[in-house]
Amino acid sequence: MSDDTTNGSASPTRADYCAIAVAECFRGDGEIMANAIGNMQAIGGRLARASFEPDLVMTDGVASLAANDIPMGVPDAPKVVEGWMPYRNLFDVVWSGRRHVMMGATQVDRFGNQNIACIGDYAQPKVQLLGVRGAPGNTVNHVTSYWVPKHSNRVFVETVDVVSGVGYDRAAALGEAESRFHEIRRVVSNLGTFDFDTPDHAMRVRSLHPGVTIDEVVEATGFELVIPDDIPESRAPSAEELRLLNEVIDPKNFRGNEVPG
Amino acid sequence: MSHSEVVAQLEDGMTIGIGGWGSRRKPMSLVAEICRSDVKDLTVVTWGGPDLGLLCAYGKVAKAVYAFASMDSIPLEPHFRAARQSGAIETMEVGEGMFVMGLMAAGQRLPFLPTRAGMGSDVMKINPELRTVTSPYDDGETFVAMPPLRCDVGLIHMNRADERGTGQFLGPDMYFDDMIAMASDRCFMSAEKIVPTEALLEEGSIHTLRINRIFIDGVVEAPRGAHFTECPPDYERDEAFQAEYAKTGSDAEAWDRFRSTYLDVGSHEEYLAAVDARSDEGSAT
Repeated sequence: MSDDTTNGSASPTRADYCAIAVAECFRGDGEIMANAIGNMQAIGGRLARASFEPDLVMTDGVASLAANDIPMGVPDAPKVVEGWMPYRNLFDVVWSGRRHVMMGATQVDRFGNQNIACIGDYAQPKVQLLGVRGAPGNTVNHVTSYWVPKHSNRVFVETVDVVSGVGYDRAAALGEAESRFHEIRRVVSNLGTFDFDTPDHAMRVRSLHPGVTIDEVVEATGFELVIPDDIPESRAPSAEELRLLNEVIDPKNFRGNEVPG
Repeated sequence: MSHSEVVAQLEDGMTIGIGGWGSRRKPMSLVAEICRSDVKDLTVVTWGGPDLGLLCAYGKVAKAVYAFASMDSIPLEPHFRAARQSGAIETMEVGEGMFVMGLMAAGQRLPFLPTRAGMGSDVMKINPELRTVTSPYDDGETFVAMPPLRCDVGLIHMNRADERGTGQFLGPDMYFDDMIAMASDRCFMSAEKIVPTEALLEEGSIHTLRINRIFIDGVVEAPRGAHFTECPPDYERDEAFQAEYAKTGSDAEAWDRFRSTYLDVGSHEEYLAAVDARSDEGSAT
């Protein structure tokens, strides 16, 4: 075994940075349910709980809440079950607001409107996708973030075809009472992290992963991003976080399959 | 009851609610029996999976009411996609939370239930019949007034049942099958096995007896009745078969072979025989 892997000094991959960036979305959440729809979301969520957000509650992907750190893609891994969470009860949690979901986005626009329903005209779509799923309810009830594995101007678009998840402009138009539980916290992509901490909640570049230039991001984004003067580099994983990723949470490297290189 | 006796209760233009979720514990043997029947122009209310896909592929669906259609391990439902992309079906696509509220309103005989889900999203645009309601209290908040998803007939599949209509789920998730039953004027339940009432508690704890016979109008014994969707603990999803099904969505010839081999047969028993023959010899298509 090489020293590189045993002492944690192997340089982190882009996928490692993405996992950290996803985990960072949950920082400060405390004792709520972190729901991860997708592999990278689950890896990041589990990493957050295994390190700086130990009170997060997470499902095992089926109907149980697992209290321990279970590895991705190992169905027989020992599980410490701390609760029963069939779909029915998941809606109780959504409506209570004590949840932060990280979903995917086939399209997302500058105000965080998201589309997972279909591409093209709704009446007869060019490509039928999943359907709006829980996105309409999630986004007006509790914190929502998005993960995009392949940043491109086909995903980051000026206007999404079907608003499934509600963005800031739509929420503002609803009014104060109706939008009081709405928060799109962050969008994480393979190129960087993005938030809505701007006066009109337009999407802002929050950080770039190492090796990514702002020109590259602008080129791959179909709308005008808010670009601060100083853009920090995305946070690097610590040696302990790399160990957790490689040995505990994602030993089969699902994250590397999602974000190669 | 037999499968054909249940389907004989259906009429053209009816609204049917289907239990399960995605590719999980779907009443597939009853769905296949509908495919074999002359019934048409159905409105299908479902947590969509291959139940919806098969009915679309057989041209049985006039309108689909859903929040999603997925086969879990295969994210998108091929025949539902084909139906949508060819404009063959009408739709009422709503958020999952709205769907729950719609079932609940139907079960409670209410004209609507208020929910935040849907506010601000395009579900209000693509379903122009949806209205909002403003709180009569001082907060004055506006909600979606989700109308009832009332069904003429509900179809669900359980692990165990007794002859009189008590249903028992033994897997990790009940999904919304009791709500489908309560939202339906009449509900028919298939089950892996019909057991004497006094044997139900030998199968599972009292918490698993979630289908009450006051909401059930007929029971069909259908071993492997959820195939190829999962029905734990009795069996897992038949992933190989589901993958074979998935390939038929964009290949008319493969679909013709698939349906003539497995579905255009005399009965659920013959379907299972064809599935088992496949297991012995490999793919029939």
